[in-house]
Amino acid sequence: MRVLSLGRWLRAGRVPPRGRVRLNSGHRHSGHRPQAPPQGPAQVPPRKVSVEVLDHLEHLALVDFRDSEGVERLQKAIQFADQLHEVNTDGVEPMDSVLEDRCLYLREDDVTEGNCTKELLENARETVEEYFVAPPGNIPLLKLEEQNTYLQGSK
Amino acid sequence: AALKDALRSQVSAALKEGRVTPTELCQRCLALIKSTKFLNAYITVTEETALKQAEESEERYKRGQPLGILDGIPIAVKDNFNTAGIETTCASNMLKGYISPYNATVVQKLLDQGAVLLGKTNLDEFAMGSGSTDGVFGPVRNPWSYSKQYKEKSIPKSHSEDKEPDWVISGGSSGGSAAAVSSFTCFAALGSDTGGSTRNPAAHCGVVGLKPTYGLISRHGLIPLVNSMDVPGILTRCVDDAAVLLGSLAGHDPKDSTTIQDDFKPFELPNLTDVSKLSIGIPKEYHAPGLSSEILAFWSKAADLFKNAGAKVVEVSLPHTRYSIVCYHVLCTAEVASNMARFDGLEYGHRSDVKDSTESMYAATRREGFNDVVRGRILSGNYFLLKQNYEKYFVKAQKVRRLIASDFGKVFRSGVDILLTPTTLSDAAPYTEFIQEDNRTRSAQDDILTQAANMAGLPAINVPTALSERGLPVGLQFIGRSFQEKQLLTVAKWFEKQVQFPVIQLEEVKRHDSGVFQQQKSASFS
Repeated sequence: MRVLSLGRWLRAGRVPPRGRVRLNSGHRHSGHRPQAPPQGPAQVPPRKVSVEVLDHLEHLALVDFRDSEGVERLQKAIQFADQLHEVNTDGVEPMDSVLEDRCLYLREDDVTEGNCTKELLENARETVEEYFVAPPGNIPLLKLEEQNTYLQGSK
Repeated sequence: AALKDALRSQVSAALKEGRVTPTELCQRCLALIKSTKFLNAYITVTEETALKQAEESEERYKRGQPLGILDGIPIAVKDNFNTAGIETTCASNMLKGYISPYNATVVQKLLDQGAVLLGKTNLDEFAMGSGSTDGVFGPVRNPWSYSKQYKEKSIPKSHSEDKEPDWVISGGSSGGSAAAVSSFTCFAALGSDTGGSTRNPAAHCGVVGLKPTYGLISRHGLIPLVNSMDVPGILTRCVDDAAVLLGSLAGHDPKDSTTIQDDFKPFELPNLTDVSKLSIGIPKEYHAPGLSSEILAFWSKAADLFKNAGAKVVEVSLPHTRYSIVCYHVLCTAEVASNMARFDGLEYGHRSDVKDSTESMYAATRREGFNDVVRGRILSGNYFLLKQNYEKYFVKAQKVRRLIASDFGKVFRSGVDILLTPTTLSDAAPYTEFIQEDNRTRSAQDDILTQAANMAGLPAINVPTALSERGLPVGLQFIGRSFQEKQLLTVAKWFEKQVQFPVIQLEEVKRHDSGVFQQQKSASFS
């Protein structure tokens, strides 16, 4: 392994920061704000996600996009993640955990704690005796056509 | 027991000798918190319980039976750790008013040693972000914004008495903890580190930020973000303190089965004088686009420092570094989508008034409780986990993760002991500039240098190195081998001694000065 010669390395053609690199002229907002990380070899336009998929995601996550910014955010996120496909992962096993070579600790199946009903119920807003109270169950969320949300408007 | 006897500490010794009492110390810290309120570092200040704990500590010292080196030492905890009887919000509307019924293991360990809990610190909502700007309690201000060093370098404005305009961010997501330690309101603070959330604010606030090896410290009670990468982080003013904290927190926890079962022995850091047997690696990919020339110069100087002291300094390659942030983006959002599913308003936290159906109540609760950042990550995560995308994104990211981890493995097997890299791309940005880009973009930019250590589960530490031209702290990062914290901290301590990072000069602290505080400022409790 060769010894690092930082001088040589600093002068070598490392990709200089793109765009605005103002010299520190004393202005408070001097020019060493980092640029956006490289987006990938070609600037692929953000993939449009269909309204059906967006609706499906809202149902799965039970969280809404709220407005066009939310949808754009998702599209940019997907575009960003697409860079993964540049990496060759043939023959590579997925890694779940860095501790994969060890066994997780399993304790004996004995009751060691509990009896904290009162403490746990204290945090819930609606309780009846020892029950958490939920609104009626098997009523599905409104379908897209019936909603009055951003996605419905954008269809 | 041996540790307590062996270590000499300014404040700890002062406590033991009765030169200062725990209650005095606690009161001074609480007063300082009040006068630095504009930093917005604390969400909750637990004045009453802190004073009570201080009184109990005082009793123990009077009897000559302190619990340990941490007895009576004021600490702060990031607000995503559960603390019994104390509100735990994660800086989110979802958990406003949530009083934890239990202590996180790390909190319990600190309390068992007699530490005095001053309060819960501010963060980005649910620890998602790199600036501590996106929580519902407002952004955290970097104490250095108000330091003599920064003010001297700033261009005086026409209305120069105005404190408001150009304060800089504290970094994130553990910004509150870093600001609290940096402004002397506590001696140590707990943070969390998933993508750099402890090391990033540590660099911006000029404090030591340690990310331990994944599996060393229990995550029980830490509200999870990414289960396979989260670790509790330690923020202190010097490396020795970090070692002391590590010693009290590390070890197997039956309540967190991802903690390793090996015996952990707390250690004292030797005073390294001979670095000639050390091999320092400089990963060339960490010269990332956007790295400021200033930080590049400090990094260079640091490498020279080691070389001139006799260490072997070599350039190494971690080829998949540039994909680390993309990989993190996919894995993080996927795990977040799963972890955030527990917030439905039924058992704890915010609950919407919508009553039509369970699902509509959940949806409304989550719409009201989460901010854009959190919602955005949940939706992205769900996208990557869709059946049609699972292989393409999630599994692919897991494969890339293995490549990243094995990059490190190869480098360490080739004889390199420690890697030296910058921690951040530049010094702290002014808040007004920082918020011009959205959270995801900022996180992607700012986490680039810290993130890979989380991917591979390796220990890493930020050591404050020098002040930038603007008078703000710049830190450098050391990454070590798994579970080799002793070696990592020893090298970090040597480096810290060489660079002699300046003490922050804050008006507010000077005003509270007394004999005791004078000692504290230049040292620490160990």
